[in-house]
Amino acid sequence: MRAPEITKDAKPGQFLELKVSETGEPFLRRPISINSIDGDLVTIIFAVKGKGTELLSKVEVGKKIDIMGPLGKGVFEVQEYNNVAIIGGGLGSYPLYELTKRLKGKTSINVYLGFRDKSVVTCEKEFEEIGVNKLVIATDDGSYKEKGFAIDFMKKDIEEHMVDRIFACGPTPMLRAIKKYAEENNIPCQVSLEERMGCGIGACLGCAVKVKEDGNEVYKHVCKDGPVFFAKDVDF
Amino acid sequence: MNTQVNLCGIKMKNPVTVASGTFGYGREYADYIDLNRLGGIITKGTSLKPRMGNPSPRICEVPGGMLNSIGLQNPGVEYFAENDLPWLRKFDTKIIVNACGSTIDEYVELCRILNKLDIDGVELNLSCPNVKAGCLAFGTTYEGVKEVTSQVKKVLTDKPLIVKLTPNVTDITLPAKGAEDAGADGVSGINTLLGMKIDIDKKRPVLANNTGGFSGPGIRSIGVRMVYQMSKAISIPILGMGGITNGDDAIEYMLAGATAVSIGSSNFADPETSIKTIEGIEKYMKKHNIEDINSIIGTVQMN
Ligand SMILES: Cc1cc2nc3c(=O)[nH]c(=O)nc-3n(C[C@H](O)[C@H](O)[C@H](O)COP(=O)(O)OP(=O)(O)OC[C@H]3O[C@@H](n4cnc5c(N)ncnc54)[C@H](O)[C@@H]3O)c2cc1C
Ligand SMILES: Cc1cc2nc3c(=O)[nH]c(=O)nc-3n(C[C@H](O)[C@H](O)[C@H](O)COP(=O)(O)O)c2cc1C
Ligand code: FES
Repeated sequence: MRAPEITKDAKPGQFLELKVSETGEPFLRRPISINSIDGDLVTIIFAVKGKGTELLSKVEVGKKIDIMGPLGKGVFEVQEYNNVAIIGGGLGSYPLYELTKRLKGKTSINVYLGFRDKSVVTCEKEFEEIGVNKLVIATDDGSYKEKGFAIDFMKKDIEEHMVDRIFACGPTPMLRAIKKYAEENNIPCQVSLEERMGCGIGACLGCAVKVKEDGNEVYKHVCKDGPVFFAKDVDF
Repeated sequence: MNTQVNLCGIKMKNPVTVASGTFGYGREYADYIDLNRLGGIITKGTSLKPRMGNPSPRICEVPGGMLNSIGLQNPGVEYFAENDLPWLRKFDTKIIVNACGSTIDEYVELCRILNKLDIDGVELNLSCPNVKAGCLAFGTTYEGVKEVTSQVKKVLTDKPLIVKLTPNVTDITLPAKGAEDAGADGVSGINTLLGMKIDIDKKRPVLANNTGGFSGPGIRSIGVRMVYQMSKAISIPILGMGGITNGDDAIEYMLAGATAVSIGSSNFADPETSIKTIEGIEKYMKKHNIEDINSIIGTVQMN
Protein backbone atom coordinates (compact mmCIF):
# COMPACT_ATOMS: atom_id res chain seq x y z
CA MET A 1 0.00 0.00 0.00
CA ARG A 2 1.28 3.45 -0.87
CA ALA A 3 0.99 5.55 2.30
CA PRO A 4 3.68 8.19 2.86
CA GLU A 5 2.00 9.41 6.07
CA ILE A 6 2.47 5.94 7.53
CA THR A 7 5.92 5.13 6.19
CA LYS A 8 7.35 8.51 7.22
CA ASP A 9 7.98 7.56 10.81
CA ALA A 10 6.78 4.00 11.28
CA LYS A 11 8.81 1.88 13.69
CA PRO A 12 9.20 -1.90 13.77
CA GLY A 13 6.50 -3.44 15.94
CA GLN A 14 3.88 -0.81 15.14
CA PHE A 15 0.51 -1.74 13.65
CA LEU A 16 -2.33 -0.31 11.59
CA GLU A 17 -6.08 -0.25 12.18
CA LEU A 18 -7.82 -0.96 8.91
CA LYS A 19 -11.42 -0.21 8.11
CA VAL A 20 -12.76 -3.32 6.40
CA SER A 21 -16.25 -2.17 5.45
CA GLU A 22 -18.04 0.96 4.31
CA THR A 23 -21.39 -0.29 5.54
CA GLY A 24 -20.58 -0.39 9.22
CA GLU A 25 -20.75 -4.20 9.30
CA PRO A 26 -18.38 -5.59 10.53
CA PHE A 27 -18.31 -2.66 12.92
CA LEU A 28 -14.74 -2.49 14.23
CA ARG A 29 -11.44 -1.92 12.48
CA ARG A 30 -8.91 -4.75 12.26
CA PRO A 31 -5.42 -4.46 13.76
CA ILE A 32 -2.62 -5.73 11.49
CA SER A 33 1.12 -5.29 12.04
CA ILE A 34 3.47 -3.58 9.67
CA ASN A 35 5.53 -6.19 7.87
CA SER A 36 7.78 -3.97 5.80
CA ILE A 37 8.45 -0.37 4.87
CA ASP A 38 10.04 0.38 1.51
CA GLY A 39 10.09 4.03 0.54
CA ASP A 40 6.48 5.13 0.71
CA LEU A 41 5.18 1.58 0.43
CA VAL A 42 3.94 -0.28 3.48
CA THR A 43 3.39 -4.04 3.37
CA ILE A 44 1.09 -6.04 5.63
CA ILE A 45 0.59 -9.78 5.60
CA PHE A 46 -2.47 -11.32 7.17
CA ALA A 47 -4.31 -14.60 7.42
CA VAL A 48 -8.00 -14.79 6.55
CA LYS A 49 -9.67 -15.73 9.85
CA GLY A 50 -13.18 -14.31 9.80
CA LYS A 51 -15.31 -11.85 7.88
CA GLY A 52 -13.09 -8.82 8.48
CA THR A 53 -9.92 -10.27 7.06
CA GLU A 54 -11.94 -11.91 4.31
CA LEU A 55 -13.25 -8.53 3.15
CA LEU A 56 -9.75 -7.13 3.40
CA SER A 57 -8.40 -9.91 1.21
CA LYS A 58 -10.84 -8.91 -1.53
CA VAL A 59 -9.81 -5.26 -1.74
CA GLU A 60 -8.84 -4.59 -5.34
CA VAL A 61 -5.52 -3.15 -6.41
CA GLY A 62 -5.80 0.62 -6.83
CA LYS A 63 -8.62 1.05 -4.32
CA LYS A 64 -8.21 3.50 -1.44
CA ILE A 65 -8.79 2.18 2.06
CA ASP A 66 -9.17 3.94 5.38
CA ILE A 67 -6.26 3.23 7.73
CA MET A 68 -5.27 4.61 11.13
CA GLY A 69 -1.59 4.37 11.95
CA PRO A 70 1.19 3.77 12.53
CA LEU A 71 -0.07 2.92 16.03
CA GLY A 72 1.64 1.87 19.25
CA LYS A 73 4.29 3.53 21.41
CA GLY A 74 5.84 0.27 22.56
CA VAL A 75 8.13 -0.81 19.71
CA PHE A 76 11.13 -3.06 19.16
CA GLU A 77 14.29 -1.20 20.17
CA VAL A 78 16.65 -0.73 17.25
CA GLN A 79 20.15 0.01 18.52
CA GLU A 80 23.63 -1.54 18.65
CA TYR A 81 23.80 -5.00 20.25
CA ASN A 82 26.39 -7.78 20.25
CA ASN A 83 24.14 -10.73 19.47
CA VAL A 84 20.38 -10.87 19.24
CA ALA A 85 17.86 -13.67 18.78
CA ILE A 86 14.72 -12.89 16.77
CA ILE A 87 12.02 -15.50 17.15
CA GLY A 88 8.64 -15.68 15.47
CA GLY A 89 5.79 -18.15 15.48
CA GLY A 90 3.38 -18.38 12.53
CA LEU A 91 1.82 -15.01 11.71
CA GLY A 92 4.10 -13.54 14.35
CA SER A 93 7.01 -13.84 11.94
CA TYR A 94 5.74 -11.02 9.74
CA PRO A 95 6.33 -7.97 11.96
CA LEU A 96 9.85 -9.22 12.71
CA TYR A 97 10.87 -8.67 9.11
CA GLU A 98 11.08 -4.87 9.31
CA LEU A 99 12.91 -5.22 12.63
CA THR A 100 15.47 -7.57 11.14
CA LYS A 101 16.09 -5.18 8.24
CA ARG A 102 16.73 -2.31 10.60
CA LEU A 103 19.01 -4.28 12.91
CA LYS A 104 21.15 -5.40 10.02
CA GLY A 105 24.64 -3.97 10.45
CA LYS A 106 24.04 -3.06 14.10
CA THR A 107 24.49 -6.52 15.57
CA SER A 108 24.91 -10.17 14.81
CA ILE A 109 21.43 -11.60 14.25
CA ASN A 110 20.01 -15.10 14.56
CA VAL A 111 16.44 -15.55 13.32
CA TYR A 112 14.20 -18.48 14.33
CA LEU A 113 10.83 -18.86 12.62
CA GLY A 114 8.42 -21.61 13.61
CA PHE A 115 5.41 -22.72 11.57
CA ARG A 116 2.76 -25.39 12.00
CA ASP A 117 3.63 -27.14 8.74
CA LYS A 118 5.03 -26.53 5.28
CA SER A 119 1.82 -25.00 3.91
CA VAL A 120 2.07 -21.91 6.13
CA VAL A 121 5.77 -21.12 5.79
CA THR A 122 6.06 -17.56 4.48
CA CYS A 123 8.64 -14.81 4.16
CA GLU A 124 11.57 -17.21 4.08
CA LYS A 125 13.08 -15.71 0.95
CA GLU A 126 12.73 -12.17 2.28
CA PHE A 127 14.53 -13.02 5.51
CA GLU A 128 17.22 -14.83 3.54
CA GLU A 129 17.81 -11.77 1.40
CA ILE A 130 18.50 -9.59 4.41
CA GLY A 131 21.48 -11.80 5.13
CA VAL A 132 21.63 -12.69 8.80
CA ASN A 133 24.14 -14.72 10.78
CA LYS A 134 21.76 -17.64 11.00
CA LEU A 135 18.21 -18.33 9.81
CA VAL A 136 16.36 -21.33 11.22
CA ILE A 137 12.99 -22.34 9.74
CA ALA A 138 11.25 -25.01 11.79
CA THR A 139 7.93 -26.79 11.35
CA ASP A 140 6.12 -28.57 14.16
CA ASP A 141 5.67 -31.69 12.03
CA GLY A 142 8.97 -31.57 10.18
CA SER A 143 7.28 -31.17 6.80
CA TYR A 144 9.74 -28.41 5.94
CA LYS A 145 13.33 -27.72 7.05
CA GLU A 146 13.97 -28.38 10.77
CA LYS A 147 11.48 -30.44 12.78
CA GLY A 148 10.54 -29.04 16.17
CA PHE A 149 9.82 -25.77 17.95
CA ALA A 150 11.72 -22.61 17.08
CA ILE A 151 12.33 -21.89 20.77
CA ASP A 152 14.30 -25.12 21.24
CA PHE A 153 16.67 -24.22 18.40
CA MET A 154 17.10 -20.78 19.91
CA LYS A 155 17.85 -22.17 23.38
CA LYS A 156 20.50 -24.51 22.01
CA ASP A 157 22.31 -21.67 20.27
CA ILE A 158 22.06 -19.33 23.24
CA GLU A 159 23.61 -21.96 25.50
CA GLU A 160 26.67 -21.84 23.29
CA HIS A 161 26.61 -18.16 22.57
CA MET A 162 24.87 -15.66 24.87
CA VAL A 163 22.64 -12.97 23.35
CA ASP A 164 21.96 -9.54 24.79
CA ARG A 165 18.39 -9.27 23.50
CA ILE A 166 15.53 -11.52 22.41
CA PHE A 167 12.75 -10.19 20.18
CA ALA A 168 9.64 -12.34 19.98
CA CYS A 169 6.26 -12.35 18.29
CA GLY A 170 3.81 -15.22 17.97
CA PRO A 171 1.12 -17.22 19.70
CA THR A 172 0.67 -16.63 23.42
CA PRO A 173 1.86 -20.09 24.62
CA MET A 174 5.11 -19.61 22.70
CA LEU A 175 5.59 -16.12 24.11
CA ARG A 176 4.99 -17.44 27.63
CA ALA A 177 7.70 -20.05 27.18
CA ILE A 178 10.11 -17.43 25.83
CA LYS A 179 9.33 -15.07 28.71
CA LYS A 180 10.10 -17.84 31.19
CA TYR A 181 13.36 -18.76 29.47
CA ALA A 182 14.49 -15.12 29.19
CA GLU A 183 13.80 -14.48 32.86
CA GLU A 184 15.62 -17.60 34.01
CA ASN A 185 18.63 -16.58 31.96
CA ASN A 186 18.49 -12.87 32.62
CA ILE A 187 18.16 -11.91 28.99
CA PRO A 188 16.28 -8.67 28.18
CA CYS A 189 13.39 -9.77 26.02
CA GLN A 190 10.79 -7.80 24.05
CA VAL A 191 7.52 -9.47 23.08
CA SER A 192 4.75 -8.24 20.81
CA LEU A 193 1.28 -8.93 22.26
CA GLU A 194 -2.21 -9.15 20.76
CA GLU A 195 -5.51 -8.26 22.36
CA ARG A 196 -9.00 -7.51 21.10
CA MET A 197 -9.31 -3.84 20.29
CA GLY A 198 -11.97 -1.18 20.14
CA CYS A 199 -10.41 2.19 19.38
CA GLY A 200 -6.77 1.21 18.72
CA ILE A 201 -5.45 4.45 20.23
CA GLY A 202 -5.80 4.17 24.02
CA ALA A 203 -9.21 5.75 24.54
CA CYS A 204 -11.56 2.83 25.21
CA LEU A 205 -9.26 0.83 27.52
CA GLY A 206 -10.40 -2.34 25.80
CA CYS A 207 -7.08 -4.04 25.10
CA ALA A 208 -5.84 -4.39 28.68
CA VAL A 209 -2.76 -6.32 29.74
CA LYS A 210 -1.52 -6.67 33.31
CA VAL A 211 1.78 -4.91 33.94
CA LYS A 212 3.94 -4.66 37.04
CA GLU A 213 4.79 -1.06 37.80
CA ASP A 214 6.78 -0.15 40.94
CA GLY A 215 5.70 -3.42 42.53
CA ASN A 216 2.02 -2.78 41.80
CA GLU A 217 -0.12 -4.53 39.23
CA VAL A 218 -1.83 -2.17 36.82
CA TYR A 219 -3.51 -2.57 33.46
CA LYS A 220 -1.71 -1.10 30.47
CA HIS A 221 -3.01 -1.17 26.91
CA VAL A 222 -1.66 -3.13 23.98
CA CYS A 223 -2.64 -0.52 21.40
CA LYS A 224 -1.01 2.43 23.13
CA ASP A 225 1.63 1.22 25.60
CA GLY A 226 2.43 -1.75 23.33
CA PRO A 227 2.06 -3.80 21.26
CA VAL A 228 5.69 -4.47 22.20
CA PHE A 229 6.51 -4.84 25.90
CA PHE A 230 9.47 -6.05 27.92
CA ALA A 231 8.49 -9.63 28.76
CA LYS A 232 9.44 -9.32 32.43
CA ASP A 233 6.95 -6.46 32.91
CA VAL A 234 3.86 -8.15 31.52
CA ASP A 235 1.63 -10.89 32.85
CA PHE A 236 -0.20 -12.55 29.96
CA MET B 1 -28.90 29.03 11.36
CA ASN B 2 -28.75 28.28 15.07
CA THR B 3 -27.29 25.01 16.29
CA GLN B 4 -26.86 26.11 19.91
CA VAL B 5 -28.73 24.15 22.53
CA ASN B 6 -29.13 24.53 26.25
CA LEU B 7 -28.87 21.16 27.99
CA CYS B 8 -30.19 21.91 31.49
CA GLY B 9 -28.04 25.01 31.85
CA ILE B 10 -25.10 23.75 29.83
CA LYS B 11 -25.05 26.02 26.76
CA MET B 12 -23.45 24.15 23.90
CA LYS B 13 -22.48 25.45 20.44
CA ASN B 14 -24.09 22.39 18.91
CA PRO B 15 -25.95 19.34 20.24
CA VAL B 16 -23.13 16.86 19.62
CA THR B 17 -21.10 15.43 22.48
CA VAL B 18 -18.93 12.32 22.74
CA ALA B 19 -20.14 9.54 25.01
CA SER B 20 -18.57 8.50 28.27
CA GLY B 21 -15.97 5.75 28.12
CA THR B 22 -15.51 5.94 24.37
CA PHE B 23 -13.36 9.07 24.27
CA GLY B 24 -11.08 8.73 27.31
CA TYR B 25 -10.29 12.22 28.62
CA GLY B 26 -10.00 13.47 25.04
CA ARG B 27 -6.25 13.32 24.57
CA GLU B 28 -6.12 10.39 22.16
CA TYR B 29 -8.74 11.78 19.79
CA ALA B 30 -7.21 15.27 19.81
CA ASP B 31 -4.73 13.91 17.24
CA TYR B 32 -7.63 13.08 14.94
CA ILE B 33 -10.23 15.82 15.35
CA ASP B 34 -10.50 19.43 16.53
CA LEU B 35 -12.05 19.15 19.99
CA ASN B 36 -13.11 22.80 19.78
CA ARG B 37 -15.81 21.80 17.34
CA LEU B 38 -17.63 19.54 19.78
CA GLY B 39 -20.64 20.70 21.74
CA GLY B 40 -19.25 18.85 24.72
CA ILE B 41 -17.04 16.05 25.95
CA ILE B 42 -18.31 13.54 28.47
CA THR B 43 -15.34 12.04 30.25
CA LYS B 44 -14.85 8.38 30.89
CA GLY B 45 -16.45 7.05 34.07
CA THR B 46 -14.51 8.54 36.99
CA SER B 47 -14.66 7.35 40.59
CA LEU B 48 -13.53 8.64 43.99
CA LYS B 49 -10.54 6.27 44.08
CA PRO B 50 -8.65 4.71 41.14
CA ARG B 51 -10.18 1.53 39.71
CA MET B 52 -8.27 -1.24 37.96
CA GLY B 53 -11.02 -2.51 35.69
CA ASN B 54 -11.75 -6.04 34.52
CA PRO B 55 -9.39 -8.66 33.03
CA SER B 56 -9.07 -9.14 29.24
CA PRO B 57 -10.70 -9.83 26.85
CA ARG B 58 -12.77 -6.76 27.59
CA ILE B 59 -14.14 -6.28 24.09
CA CYS B 60 -15.72 -8.36 21.38
CA GLU B 61 -17.49 -7.61 18.18
CA VAL B 62 -21.11 -8.68 17.62
CA PRO B 63 -23.58 -8.04 14.77
CA GLY B 64 -24.57 -4.39 14.95
CA GLY B 65 -21.75 -3.34 17.23
CA MET B 66 -19.73 -4.63 20.13
CA LEU B 67 -19.77 -5.82 23.73
CA ASN B 68 -17.53 -4.25 26.36
CA SER B 69 -16.73 -5.04 29.94
CA ILE B 70 -14.07 -2.45 30.73
CA GLY B 71 -15.16 -2.33 34.36
CA LEU B 72 -14.71 1.42 34.81
CA GLN B 73 -10.91 1.46 34.80
CA ASN B 74 -9.96 5.04 35.71
CA PRO B 75 -7.27 6.93 37.64
CA GLY B 76 -9.66 8.46 40.20
CA VAL B 77 -11.04 11.98 40.49
CA GLU B 78 -7.95 13.54 42.09
CA TYR B 79 -5.69 12.41 39.29
CA PHE B 80 -8.23 13.60 36.72
CA ALA B 81 -8.51 17.01 38.34
CA GLU B 82 -4.75 17.52 38.41
CA ASN B 83 -3.70 15.98 35.12
CA ASP B 84 -6.53 15.89 32.63
CA LEU B 85 -8.94 18.67 33.49
CA PRO B 86 -6.47 21.57 33.03
CA TRP B 87 -5.59 20.18 29.61
CA LEU B 88 -9.23 19.65 28.62
CA ARG B 89 -10.04 23.18 29.71
CA LYS B 90 -7.85 24.62 26.98
CA PHE B 91 -10.53 23.69 24.48
CA ASP B 92 -13.66 25.67 23.75
CA THR B 93 -16.11 22.90 24.55
CA LYS B 94 -18.23 21.88 27.54
CA ILE B 95 -16.77 19.36 29.95
CA ILE B 96 -19.14 16.96 31.66
CA VAL B 97 -17.72 14.39 34.07
CA ASN B 98 -19.24 10.91 34.15
CA ALA B 99 -19.33 9.98 37.84
CA CYS B 100 -19.52 6.44 39.17
CA GLY B 101 -19.43 4.80 42.56
CA SER B 102 -20.23 1.61 44.44
CA THR B 103 -22.16 3.04 47.38
CA ILE B 104 -24.29 6.11 47.93
CA ASP B 105 -21.57 7.52 50.20
CA GLU B 106 -19.05 7.15 47.40
CA TYR B 107 -21.28 8.98 44.93
CA VAL B 108 -21.81 11.75 47.45
CA GLU B 109 -18.11 12.14 48.31
CA LEU B 110 -17.21 12.17 44.62
CA CYS B 111 -19.82 14.79 43.77
CA ARG B 112 -18.70 16.95 46.69
CA ILE B 113 -15.30 17.09 44.97
CA LEU B 114 -16.75 17.54 41.48
CA ASN B 115 -18.85 20.46 42.74
CA LYS B 116 -15.66 22.46 43.31
CA LEU B 117 -13.97 21.62 40.01
CA ASP B 118 -13.97 23.78 36.89
CA ILE B 119 -16.41 21.59 34.95
CA ASP B 120 -19.73 22.30 33.25
CA GLY B 121 -21.79 19.44 34.57
CA VAL B 122 -21.95 15.95 36.00
CA GLU B 123 -23.38 12.84 34.37
CA LEU B 124 -24.21 10.43 37.18
CA ASN B 125 -23.63 6.90 35.94
CA LEU B 126 -26.31 4.74 37.53
CA SER B 127 -26.20 2.32 34.67
CA CYS B 128 -22.90 0.50 34.19
CA PRO B 129 -23.61 -3.20 33.66
CA ASN B 130 -20.00 -4.28 34.21
CA VAL B 131 -19.26 -3.71 37.86
CA LYS B 132 -20.71 -5.82 40.60
CA ALA B 133 -21.61 -3.25 43.22
CA GLY B 134 -23.27 0.12 42.77
CA CYS B 135 -24.38 1.61 39.50
CA LEU B 136 -26.96 -0.86 38.32
CA ALA B 137 -28.01 -1.68 41.88
CA PHE B 138 -29.49 1.82 42.18
CA GLY B 139 -30.26 2.47 38.56
CA THR B 140 -33.13 0.15 37.78
CA THR B 141 -35.89 1.36 40.09
CA TYR B 142 -37.77 4.58 40.76
CA GLU B 143 -36.83 4.47 44.45
CA GLY B 144 -33.15 3.62 43.88
CA VAL B 145 -32.58 6.42 41.41
CA LYS B 146 -34.51 8.89 43.51
CA GLU B 147 -32.50 8.05 46.63
CA VAL B 148 -29.02 8.44 45.07
CA THR B 149 -30.02 11.48 43.06
CA SER B 150 -31.44 13.34 46.02
CA GLN B 151 -28.36 12.61 48.18
CA VAL B 152 -26.06 13.78 45.39
CA LYS B 153 -28.17 16.87 44.75
CA LYS B 154 -27.48 18.02 48.31
CA VAL B 155 -23.74 18.34 47.66
CA LEU B 156 -23.72 19.08 43.94
CA THR B 157 -25.14 22.55 44.41
CA ASP B 158 -23.27 24.45 41.69
CA LYS B 159 -23.36 22.13 38.66
CA PRO B 160 -26.14 20.74 36.52
CA LEU B 161 -26.80 17.07 37.28
CA ILE B 162 -27.64 14.65 34.47
CA VAL B 163 -28.59 11.12 35.53
CA LYS B 164 -27.55 8.39 33.09
CA LEU B 165 -30.03 5.55 32.86
CA THR B 166 -29.82 1.91 31.89
CA PRO B 167 -31.97 0.29 29.21
CA ASN B 168 -31.86 -3.01 31.13
CA VAL B 169 -35.32 -2.38 32.62
CA THR B 170 -38.90 -3.07 31.63
CA ASP B 171 -40.02 0.55 31.85
CA ILE B 172 -37.37 3.26 31.63
CA THR B 173 -39.83 6.01 32.50
CA LEU B 174 -39.83 4.86 36.14
CA PRO B 175 -36.13 5.49 36.89
CA ALA B 176 -36.37 8.63 34.72
CA LYS B 177 -39.19 9.91 36.94
CA GLY B 178 -37.14 8.99 40.00
CA ALA B 179 -34.37 11.27 38.73
CA GLU B 180 -36.74 14.11 37.93
CA ASP B 181 -38.58 13.89 41.26
CA ALA B 182 -35.25 14.02 43.13
CA GLY B 183 -34.33 17.23 41.37
CA ALA B 184 -32.05 16.04 38.57
CA ASP B 185 -31.53 18.71 35.89
CA GLY B 186 -31.54 16.20 33.03
CA VAL B 187 -31.29 12.54 32.15
CA SER B 188 -29.19 10.71 29.60
CA GLY B 189 -29.39 7.35 27.89
CA ILE B 190 -29.19 4.80 26.86
CA ASN B 191 -26.24 3.06 28.40
CA THR B 192 -25.35 -0.37 27.02
CA LEU B 193 -27.63 -3.42 26.93
CA LEU B 194 -26.34 -6.47 28.74
CA GLY B 195 -25.20 -9.13 26.30
CA MET B 196 -23.06 -12.27 26.01
CA LYS B 197 -21.06 -13.93 23.26
CA ILE B 198 -19.89 -17.54 23.43
CA ASP B 199 -16.79 -18.94 21.74
CA ILE B 200 -18.26 -22.22 20.52
CA ASP B 201 -14.88 -23.95 20.18
CA LYS B 202 -13.81 -23.13 23.72
CA LYS B 203 -17.39 -23.41 24.98
CA ARG B 204 -16.79 -20.29 27.04
CA PRO B 205 -17.90 -16.68 26.83
CA VAL B 206 -15.45 -14.53 24.84
CA LEU B 207 -15.36 -11.81 27.50
CA ALA B 208 -13.36 -12.58 30.65
CA ASN B 209 -16.24 -11.02 32.59
CA ASN B 210 -18.65 -13.39 30.74
CA THR B 211 -21.17 -10.65 29.98
CA GLY B 212 -20.73 -7.14 28.62
CA GLY B 213 -22.60 -4.08 27.46
CA PHE B 214 -23.86 -4.03 23.88
CA SER B 215 -23.38 -0.75 22.02
CA GLY B 216 -23.32 0.42 18.41
CA PRO B 217 -25.80 0.81 15.53
CA GLY B 218 -27.69 -2.31 16.64
CA ILE B 219 -29.08 -0.57 19.74
CA ARG B 220 -30.17 2.65 18.04
CA SER B 221 -33.82 1.78 17.61
CA ILE B 222 -34.05 0.82 21.27
CA GLY B 223 -32.40 4.08 22.31
CA VAL B 224 -34.71 6.14 20.13
CA ARG B 225 -37.78 4.36 21.53
CA MET B 226 -36.63 4.89 25.12
CA VAL B 227 -35.76 8.56 24.60
CA TYR B 228 -39.21 9.04 23.12
CA GLN B 229 -40.87 7.32 26.09
CA MET B 230 -38.89 9.40 28.56
CA SER B 231 -39.66 12.63 26.76
CA LYS B 232 -43.36 11.94 27.17
CA ALA B 233 -42.96 11.07 30.86
CA ILE B 234 -40.67 13.80 32.18
CA SER B 235 -40.08 17.47 31.48
CA ILE B 236 -36.33 17.81 32.12
CA PRO B 237 -33.99 17.73 29.08
CA ILE B 238 -32.63 14.47 27.67
CA LEU B 239 -29.16 13.69 26.33
CA GLY B 240 -29.82 10.91 23.83
CA MET B 241 -27.42 8.20 22.72
CA GLY B 242 -27.07 4.66 21.48
CA GLY B 243 -25.78 3.72 18.06
CA ILE B 244 -25.46 7.16 16.51
CA THR B 245 -23.24 7.05 13.41
CA ASN B 246 -24.12 10.27 11.56
CA GLY B 247 -26.27 13.40 11.40
CA ASP B 248 -29.41 11.54 10.37
CA ASP B 249 -29.18 9.29 13.42
CA ALA B 250 -28.72 12.32 15.66
CA ILE B 251 -31.78 14.00 14.13
CA GLU B 252 -33.80 10.86 14.86
CA TYR B 253 -32.92 11.17 18.56
CA MET B 254 -33.75 14.88 18.58
CA LEU B 255 -37.13 14.32 16.94
CA ALA B 256 -37.77 11.68 19.60
CA GLY B 257 -37.12 14.27 22.30
CA ALA B 258 -33.37 14.60 22.91
CA THR B 259 -32.00 18.12 23.42
CA ALA B 260 -28.47 16.90 22.67
CA VAL B 261 -26.79 13.64 21.68
CA SER B 262 -23.66 11.59 22.40
CA ILE B 263 -21.54 9.63 19.96
CA GLY B 264 -20.13 6.46 21.53
CA SER B 265 -18.65 3.38 19.89
CA SER B 266 -18.83 4.88 16.41
CA ASN B 267 -15.78 6.92 17.38
CA PHE B 268 -13.87 3.63 17.17
CA ALA B 269 -15.01 2.83 13.65
CA ASP B 270 -14.28 6.40 12.53
CA PRO B 271 -12.67 9.02 14.82
CA GLU B 272 -14.36 11.74 12.74
CA THR B 273 -17.90 10.51 13.42
CA SER B 274 -18.71 13.36 15.81
CA ILE B 275 -17.55 16.03 13.34
CA LYS B 276 -19.43 14.37 10.48
CA THR B 277 -22.51 14.26 12.71
CA ILE B 278 -22.31 18.01 13.32
CA GLU B 279 -22.01 18.58 9.58
CA GLY B 280 -24.86 16.16 8.91
CA ILE B 281 -27.15 18.03 11.30
CA GLU B 282 -26.39 21.31 9.50
CA LYS B 283 -27.09 19.69 6.17
CA TYR B 284 -30.45 18.42 7.41
CA MET B 285 -31.31 21.90 8.71
CA LYS B 286 -30.54 23.44 5.31
CA LYS B 287 -32.48 20.80 3.46
CA HIS B 288 -35.56 21.32 5.64
CA ASN B 289 -35.18 25.08 6.05
CA ILE B 290 -34.76 24.83 9.79
CA GLU B 291 -33.57 28.10 11.34
CA ASP B 292 -33.16 26.84 14.89
CA ILE B 293 -32.29 23.26 15.80
CA ASN B 294 -34.30 23.62 19.01
CA SER B 295 -37.47 23.80 16.93
CA ILE B 296 -37.30 20.10 16.06
CA ILE B 297 -36.75 18.67 19.56
CA GLY B 298 -39.51 16.20 20.39
CA THR B 299 -41.58 17.01 17.29
CA VAL B 300 -41.98 13.50 15.96
CA GLN B 301 -45.59 12.95 14.83
CA MET B 302 -46.80 9.54 15.93
CA ASN B 303 -48.88 7.45 13.56
C1 LIG C 1 -1.46 -5.59 17.42
C2 LIG C 1 -1.97 -6.69 16.54
C3 LIG C 1 -1.29 -7.02 15.38
C4 LIG C 1 -1.75 -8.03 14.54
N1 LIG C 1 -1.03 -8.30 13.41
C5 LIG C 1 -1.47 -9.27 12.57
C6 LIG C 1 -0.74 -9.54 11.35
O1 LIG C 1 0.27 -8.91 11.04
N2 LIG C 1 -1.21 -10.52 10.53
C7 LIG C 1 -2.35 -11.24 10.85
O2 LIG C 1 -2.73 -12.12 10.07
N3 LIG C 1 -3.05 -11.00 11.99
C8 LIG C 1 -2.64 -10.03 12.85
N4 LIG C 1 -3.36 -9.78 14.01
C9 LIG C 1 -4.58 -10.55 14.27
C10 LIG C 1 -5.75 -9.94 13.47
O3 LIG C 1 -6.06 -8.67 14.00
C11 LIG C 1 -6.99 -10.83 13.56
O4 LIG C 1 -6.72 -12.06 12.93
C12 LIG C 1 -8.18 -10.17 12.87
O5 LIG C 1 -8.60 -9.06 13.59
C13 LIG C 1 -9.33 -11.15 12.71
O6 LIG C 1 -10.44 -10.45 12.15
P1 LIG C 1 -11.58 -11.26 11.40
O7 LIG C 1 -12.70 -10.34 11.13
O8 LIG C 1 -11.01 -11.96 10.23
O9 LIG C 1 -11.98 -12.39 12.43
P2 LIG C 1 -13.21 -12.44 13.43
O10 LIG C 1 -12.96 -13.60 14.31
O11 LIG C 1 -14.50 -12.39 12.69
O12 LIG C 1 -13.06 -11.12 14.26
C14 LIG C 1 -14.01 -10.78 15.26
C15 LIG C 1 -13.40 -9.73 16.19
O13 LIG C 1 -12.35 -10.28 16.98
C16 LIG C 1 -11.14 -9.60 16.77
N5 LIG C 1 -10.03 -10.56 16.73
C17 LIG C 1 -10.08 -11.83 16.26
N6 LIG C 1 -8.86 -12.41 16.38
C18 LIG C 1 -8.05 -11.51 16.96
C19 LIG C 1 -6.68 -11.51 17.37
N7 LIG C 1 -5.89 -12.56 17.21
N8 LIG C 1 -6.17 -10.39 17.94
C20 LIG C 1 -6.94 -9.31 18.10
N9 LIG C 1 -8.24 -9.25 17.75
C21 LIG C 1 -8.78 -10.33 17.19
C22 LIG C 1 -11.31 -8.91 15.43
O14 LIG C 1 -10.46 -7.77 15.28
C23 LIG C 1 -12.76 -8.54 15.47
O15 LIG C 1 -12.98 -7.39 16.24
C24 LIG C 1 -2.92 -8.76 14.87
C25 LIG C 1 -3.61 -8.44 16.04
C26 LIG C 1 -3.15 -7.42 16.87
C27 LIG C 1 -3.90 -7.08 18.11
C1 LIG D 1 -15.86 0.85 25.68
C2 LIG D 1 -17.03 1.56 26.32
C3 LIG D 1 -16.89 2.12 27.59
C4 LIG D 1 -17.96 2.78 28.21
N1 LIG D 1 -17.78 3.35 29.44
C5 LIG D 1 -18.80 4.04 30.02
C6 LIG D 1 -18.62 4.70 31.28
O1 LIG D 1 -17.53 4.71 31.86
N2 LIG D 1 -19.68 5.36 31.81
C7 LIG D 1 -20.90 5.40 31.19
O2 LIG D 1 -21.82 6.01 31.71
N3 LIG D 1 -21.08 4.81 30.00
C8 LIG D 1 -20.07 4.13 29.39
N4 LIG D 1 -20.28 3.52 28.17
C9 LIG D 1 -21.59 3.63 27.50
C10 LIG D 1 -21.60 4.74 26.45
O3 LIG D 1 -21.35 6.00 27.03
C11 LIG D 1 -22.95 4.79 25.71
O4 LIG D 1 -23.97 5.04 26.63
C12 LIG D 1 -23.27 3.49 24.99
O5 LIG D 1 -22.10 2.94 24.44
C13 LIG D 1 -24.30 3.66 23.88
O6 LIG D 1 -23.85 4.51 22.86
P1 LIG D 1 -23.17 3.99 21.49
O7 LIG D 1 -24.05 2.94 20.92
O8 LIG D 1 -23.05 5.21 20.63
O9 LIG D 1 -21.83 3.45 21.85
C14 LIG D 1 -19.21 2.86 27.53
C15 LIG D 1 -19.35 2.30 26.25
C16 LIG D 1 -18.29 1.65 25.64
C17 LIG D 1 -18.47 1.07 24.27
S1 FES E 1 -8.16 -0.61 21.77
FE1 FES E 1 -9.01 1.06 22.84
S2 FES E 1 -7.53 1.26 24.41
FE2 FES E 1 -6.61 -0.22 23.14
